[in-house]
Amino acid sequence: MSAVERLLSRAVKEISPGSIVNLGIGLPTQVMHYLPENFDVQIHSENGILGAWKQAEPALMDPFLIDAAGAYVSLREGASLFDSAVSFAMIRRARLDLTMIGAFEVDALGNLANWKIPGKFSPGIGGAMELAQKTKRIVVLTTHTDKHGNPKILKTCRLPLTAKACVSRIISDLAVIDVTPQGLVVREKLTDISNGDLQALTEAELTFETGEAAHEFV
Amino acid sequence: MKKNRTLENAIAAIPSGAVIMVGGFGNPGTPFSLISELVRQGQTDLTVIKNDANEAGHGISRLIEKRQVRKLITTHIGLNKLAIDRMNQGAIDVEFHPQGILAEKIRTAGAGSFGFLTDIGIDSEITRPEDLVDWKGTAYKVEMALSADFALIHAAQADWLGNLVYRGSAINFSPLMAMAANHVVVETPDLGAPGRFKPEHVHTPGAFVDSVVPLESLTSDYGILEHHVRR
Repeated sequence: MSAVERLLSRAVKEISPGSIVNLGIGLPTQVMHYLPENFDVQIHSENGILGAWKQAEPALMDPFLIDAAGAYVSLREGASLFDSAVSFAMIRRARLDLTMIGAFEVDALGNLANWKIPGKFSPGIGGAMELAQKTKRIVVLTTHTDKHGNPKILKTCRLPLTAKACVSRIISDLAVIDVTPQGLVVREKLTDISNGDLQALTEAELTFETGEAAHEFV
Repeated sequence: MKKNRTLENAIAAIPSGAVIMVGGFGNPGTPFSLISELVRQGQTDLTVIKNDANEAGHGISRLIEKRQVRKLITTHIGLNKLAIDRMNQGAIDVEFHPQGILAEKIRTAGAGSFGFLTDIGIDSEITRPEDLVDWKGTAYKVEMALSADFALIHAAQADWLGNLVYRGSAINFSPLMAMAANHVVVETPDLGAPGRFKPEHVHTPGAFVDSVVPLESLTSDYGILEHHVRR
């Protein structure tokens, strides 16, 4: 299993039956493909869909039906379509149970930065501020380090924030980490890595609920 | 009164310097034919309001590439590297808003109101001190309504009174923009006589629409983009 597959197959377990879930651009939108066919969930896509589902077979693919990342989706029975004002009313009125979202940086206080790298790559806010500020539970999906090997899980975010103290849990390719009042707590390790090595790849201080020899991964 | 116009006449009403709302989130809802005609006619110094910048070589990215756009008011341009480069070079002024806030600013103008209060982004760098008001002990951010001279809209179906029906996820900003702009130009591949829609199924009532441009066919822009198909 690749690092990304490991992350995604763990992330899918975050989704409770009967919930309404938004999946952000990047790693989160891929989580949908790990859901069992008959799983009881309504996927919200901020471009105006409640009840989005996996890509249809080629003959049934609709060019007028995409998710927020541009991927072609289908609709489950009971789906609804609506304009952007209604879509974000749903978000700001906290009708969503869970948002999984990507990050440039996330920190020990649960602050999230994912919209602006000044002068380099500023994709923009999109739905992120409203989702991060108003969804009942925010789970960040991110590689543990950036492509240069630098930590993305920091003591304090340095980039402009998307929202303060909004993140409940971080799932990386290496570990499941909760944001708690006492700081970051490692709940599971997703690969065979020592506590010392995991800490070395993380700028924020970690405490370990798992023992050194814990093998939660399979 | 019939609102049918030719593509050329409908777009010729737009002067250089105009503020233009463009429907669409990614491809669905983007009025590619109206935009192509705007590229051909070459109006400049435009302010464009659209959720995103489409993708390089498509939709409003072509207006940016031909340097017809002075300012882009948007939410997310992460799928258009070219637009990000132009922004970083200072060749285009980009103003970002949270997506639902942009929608609500447009909806507010469309409803004839002037602004609303929110807490979205209140702790972030998008909020300046002068944007804050205190009301009975709580701080709120003031968001002003956003209107435009023109809106360019794609409808799946229309009648010649300007009643519109959208399809799939192509609804997005279109009904809001159709309410907020002073002059609304709609393209549709399926224009028919009044009476074709059940009245309760009309998404945008014709009162908001000024011009309807029938399209003979849809170009490949409206089709499936191969690089977004999951294999």
